[in-house]
Amino acid sequence: MDAFLTSRIISDILGGLTNGVIYGLVALSLVLVWRSTGILNFAQGAMPMIATYLGMVVFAHRLGYWPLVVISIVAGFGVGGVTERVLVRHLYGKPEINPIVVMVGFLIVLEGVAAAIWSTTPRGIPNPFSPIDWQLGGKPLALSPFSVYEIVTALVVMTGVAVLFRFTRLGLQLRASALAPEVSRLLGVRVSRMLTLGWVLSTGVGTICTVLVASNFFTGLTPQVMDGIFAFGFIAAAVGGLDSPVGAIVAGVSIGIVLQFVGDFVNSNAIIITALIILIVSLMVRPNGLFTKSTARRV
Amino acid sequence: MIAVDELSVSYGAVHALRDVSLRAETGLITAVLGANGAGKTTLLRTISGLKAPASGTITFNEHSLVRERPENIARLGVGHVPEGRGVISEFTVEENLRLGAMMAKVNLSDGLEEQYQRFPVLGERRKQHAAKLSGGERQMLAMARALIARPTLLLLDEPSLGLAPQVTSQLMHTIQDLCASKNLTVILVEQNASTALRIADHAVILYLGRVVANDAAATIVADEDLRQHYLGKVE
Repeated sequence: MDAFLTSRIISDILGGLTNGVIYGLVALSLVLVWRSTGILNFAQGAMPMIATYLGMVVFAHRLGYWPLVVISIVAGFGVGGVTERVLVRHLYGKPEINPIVVMVGFLIVLEGVAAAIWSTTPRGIPNPFSPIDWQLGGKPLALSPFSVYEIVTALVVMTGVAVLFRFTRLGLQLRASALAPEVSRLLGVRVSRMLTLGWVLSTGVGTICTVLVASNFFTGLTPQVMDGIFAFGFIAAAVGGLDSPVGAIVAGVSIGIVLQFVGDFVNSNAIIITALIILIVSLMVRPNGLFTKSTARRV
Repeated sequence: MIAVDELSVSYGAVHALRDVSLRAETGLITAVLGANGAGKTTLLRTISGLKAPASGTITFNEHSLVRERPENIARLGVGHVPEGRGVISEFTVEENLRLGAMMAKVNLSDGLEEQYQRFPVLGERRKQHAAKLSGGERQMLAMARALIARPTLLLLDEPSLGLAPQVTSQLMHTIQDLCASKNLTVILVEQNASTALRIADHAVILYLGRVVANDAAATIVADEDLRQHYLGKVE
């Protein structure tokens, strides 16, 4: 294989990985909400967007990057918790179409409100990481300090969520509440609190993802910043299985890499078509997702 | 001690319980018997807060349980082993027990050790998913999960359902032992009257949501009319 092709392949893998961890994070946040409350949250991109604006623009525009990140995440927890208590709580046990319509409507409202308050002009978020790719042997590597920051942050968040669910008392209660709410209550678990916490966590993860996306020098923060990424994250969640956090991450990263190759070797217009073909084929072959074990679930 | 007074519960227009009153004394086993649809499960679900009564009172150690949330009732020391056992199949044996121990004030490893001693098979299978257990093992797990929280009142809903006679009789022995050694108050709901009456101190018979008998177990066993009328054949 000639050196040019090799470096192109390496670049595609690295670029795809950088995009893929972001899709994986969006997918993970969707899975967290689906698993805890059985709702497909179409506002999963817009809610963290609001939190990021709150953190980045309103509260702390002179504090420097890291305090802004922290404030955004805390705002994300708040947005998630309030949304569950005020809006989502009324949707439990309703026909499946109700939460879908409500959450799509909520998405439109949030984006409209953000545009009205903060305008649609992209806002750059200065951060300590250079977006300029490293060079290897005089050729760009498709890997910059900023993309390493994205990948490392995503890995830390994914590990954190896994540890929380696998090894902590809180994680045990969250899983139990999702699997068997009535039995959990009989064992003293405050299930209603756990449902709120599912949304708090999910919006927190979504906010970390949105902060990463908006911190990108080439993107900036806009009300629609997450729209396109949400679509890919959604596809990743559906392909990996809405019940499976591991599936979400694996599918997100795989889709990121595949689409990068398609964009490079085929045509950038083929990216979205390929993503939809992946979705359709995977739904035909494994409707419950590649990583979901059970075939039936409570809705 | 738990006292239920004039309890009425309905599902829409259907009255599941009408003016039910009973006492379950500390350290004794009170059996609640009756045919399918007599209201036995509803009685337990109302005690543990899953179903709100239309009227009546439930008093447990001076706390009123009416309109209290199930999670708070559990925290008062009420352990409810539901019908069909309610074991979380996706969890391992140990995760089920850890969940049960969540609000216990005991050290987790001591609590686990105590349950593994009482039910050795659970100790052997602690890392296995509960879905892999047999019916009897699932019942043991459900009991152990309730017991690890150190309840003072134990509500058992049809524990013998689907179990082989030998397993059932072992289970009944365990219940009897627990009641005596831990000074537990037990309300044992059973369709299988003869099994329950063998270990019960006191028995209540429900028929279409009403109490038709409320007496010492021995008295009920001796009353042939009552048995034939409401319990079928009791040996």
